[in-house]
Amino acid sequence: MSIDLERFHKSFFEESFEGLDTMEQALLELDPNAPDAEGINLIFRSAHSIKGGAATFGFAGVAEYTHGVETLLDQMRSGKRTIQQNDVDLFLRIVDVLRGLLRAARDGASVDASAVASTQAEIAAALANGSGAKATEVVAQAKPADEASSGWLIQFEPKPDLFRSGNDPLRILRGVGALGEMKVDVDVSKLPSFADADIESCYLAWTLKLESTAPKIEVEEQFTWVEDESYLRISPLQHAPVVAAAAVSETPSGKPVLTLVQGGASTEAAVPAPVASTQATANTARTGDSSSIRVSTEKIDALINLVGELVITQAMLEQQASTLDPAINEKLLAGLSQLNRNTRQLQEAVMSTRMLPIESVFSRFPRVVRDLAAKLNKQVRLTTVGESTELDKSVIEKIADPLNHLVRNSLDHGIETPEQRIAAGKDPSGTITLKASHQGGHIIIEVIDDGRGLDRTRILDKARANGLPVSDTMSNSEVWQLIFTPGFSTAEKVTDVSGRGVGMDVVKKNIAALGGSVELNSDTGSGSRTVIRLPLTLAILDGMSIAVGTEVFILPLSSVVESLQPTQEQVKSVAGSGQVVRVRNEYVPLLALSQLFNIHTEVRDAHNGILVLLEADGRKLALQVDELVGQQQVVIKSLEANYKRIPYISGATILGDGRVALIIDVADLIRASNRAVAA
Amino acid sequence: MSTNQSQPFGTQRLDTSAANEFLTFTLGNEEYGVDILKVQEIRGYDTVTHIPDTPAFIKGVINLRGTIVPVVDLRIKFNLGRVEYNELTVMIVLNIAGRVVGVVVDGVSDVITLEDNQIMPPPEFGGTLDTRYLAGLGTVDQRMLILVDIEKLMGSTEMNLFNTDAALAA
Repeated sequence: MSIDLERFHKSFFEESFEGLDTMEQALLELDPNAPDAEGINLIFRSAHSIKGGAATFGFAGVAEYTHGVETLLDQMRSGKRTIQQNDVDLFLRIVDVLRGLLRAARDGASVDASAVASTQAEIAAALANGSGAKATEVVAQAKPADEASSGWLIQFEPKPDLFRSGNDPLRILRGVGALGEMKVDVDVSKLPSFADADIESCYLAWTLKLESTAPKIEVEEQFTWVEDESYLRISPLQHAPVVAAAAVSETPSGKPVLTLVQGGASTEAAVPAPVASTQATANTARTGDSSSIRVSTEKIDALINLVGELVITQAMLEQQASTLDPAINEKLLAGLSQLNRNTRQLQEAVMSTRMLPIESVFSRFPRVVRDLAAKLNKQVRLTTVGESTELDKSVIEKIADPLNHLVRNSLDHGIETPEQRIAAGKDPSGTITLKASHQGGHIIIEVIDDGRGLDRTRILDKARANGLPVSDTMSNSEVWQLIFTPGFSTAEKVTDVSGRGVGMDVVKKNIAALGGSVELNSDTGSGSRTVIRLPLTLAILDGMSIAVGTEVFILPLSSVVESLQPTQEQVKSVAGSGQVVRVRNEYVPLLALSQLFNIHTEVRDAHNGILVLLEADGRKLALQVDELVGQQQVVIKSLEANYKRIPYISGATILGDGRVALIIDVADLIRASNRAVAA
Repeated sequence: MSTNQSQPFGTQRLDTSAANEFLTFTLGNEEYGVDILKVQEIRGYDTVTHIPDTPAFIKGVINLRGTIVPVVDLRIKFNLGRVEYNELTVMIVLNIAGRVVGVVVDGVSDVITLEDNQIMPPPEFGGTLDTRYLAGLGTVDQRMLILVDIEKLMGSTEMNLFNTDAALAA
């Protein structure tokens, strides 16, 4: 029987990357002075799964590399090694290398061979060290706590369907055999006659006598995969064979093995991995798995589309029913209103499946901050607030890079060195806070640091040097906006962290592309605060519907400043062709939508219609329309799926009556009107 | 089915017949045919949202159960007959290389099967319809069917329906 392993590759990679994330997180939380047994176990388990998976799927490079890591981790786990700060650093680097290796295996990307070799050498060196005097000492200490024994009697009776989960008892037996000398008895009593036997069922049971000094947990480890699918009993061998006697006498108390087990509780401070606790974590991990399933986003999107249609159909039904006589059709109308409630709830529920907590982005920053702080010789604490705030998956994917920029900027430019901070009378270690919260239909993400803040005079000087039109009378917030102009960097020297001037303008552009905005506040000397405002989802837009002739268009509400009905005096023409409108001492270019889109309308003059003042990229435009229809949330649909991109249009939506309305791309419109004015 | 073949069931011909089945429709006085496998559905003409700055033959977009689908009026494109929209106006929804397009026609007539020997290669001639977009001319009784290579036509730069890269890929 041949199984196409390729099918499983995707989930192997997904799980492995997740495992690496878990490893990284556990490493960052690990305090070398008081190592937490569960944390080390978690790291070990992750490495172990990656190794197992890699070996199964034939990624020999990954498996081999992970094997060394696993051995080292195992020594730490069993208390044969003490963990030092530089071990944590080494493992963090190992995580990076592993990520690289996995990516290489997945996409065929190139591997940083030198990093692989150097970490491998370090692992080898660490392993060689570990066998020194210190290690034996620790072993002696650890032994009484662990249920050390001269050997183990293992009764292993798998359930008949063991093979169906892809497990191979032979492999397990070989693994156990590697721990020491083993005697195997097979129980064939359940074996049916050849005719009745199902080749895919397991009828055998084994009794293993293992003579080994390995702790119980190591033996159990071999059976991790089959725990649930078999009857397993591991008990100490009753008679201590001669070979192991020496090991037992090494223990400080020298008492028989069985009493030592009782003593385990009192000496637990030194116990690196109590068996009970590992089982507990294994259990919680398992329940966590079963309460969530992996679903491809395509399926969810299809569901969202279907629900969107249902909502429209329901709206149409309601419209039709509104003409019916309520007295006669009471039951029908009651049913329809129930349908209305249910569809809304269904829509909300389906939309929420795409929502993820922002934690998945925030969780990468402890590592970023740690590495950068070490590189820059700064002391930085990172606090995160509101990690459980949920937002759309597509937004999450796109917010990571801008946030990364902002955090790096804060660290590099904002937070001072410990000496500078002490001189300024501040806590030597700085704080960067990432904060997320909901506000109306938006999510607010803040990056706050208590560093030196922005330097007004330096920004102004730099702006002058760059030839930007600035004056000393500009308000603070206007000065801070200068940071977002392309090519602007006030860093004294360019570092590889930041300072090349491609940063803030990219951040702003990326966030604007998501329909959000960035704002910067700063107090010189006491820090700065960047506030990002984003829509909850990219699929829904707060829109203002406007009419021109018989057509209805949607304007994104986020770019609408105000709407007004101008007097004839407010509208002036420039050079005979272009028009501007004067709004509170400001001349704003005027554009009639009917003219641009060539739509026939009765409304010719601006003062008969309505002007909607739009703003994008810091520039304004007054758009002349016939009337304002209303304000509503619209579901954005792609035009490009079946058609192509249309100038000045960002997408389309479906109105309550089933008609299609086009959504206007305000930034594109303003750029176009500027070109027209310039020409 | 209009043709009543006396072929026994399950012979070789049935396998290839699908490729030679055409949906026929009328534009003005002419009869056209498209590969039936490209047709997704047939529906009435309803409200179309006009798209600014497009040639007249692109009528706009409609909401087809939640997806936005462009609509093309081939009568305008081929310069055929009077163009009017009433309750009898029909739209053929085509699925071409994963993209959905609606085509407005005067009427849908039939689904017919053509034998290979009933299809002639198109002659070279000038006109609004380039012979590149013709799959051939079919003959049924005394009628002539203009078989359109709809995939080539819709993907052409002349129609300019899709972004150029998509047109190249098609």
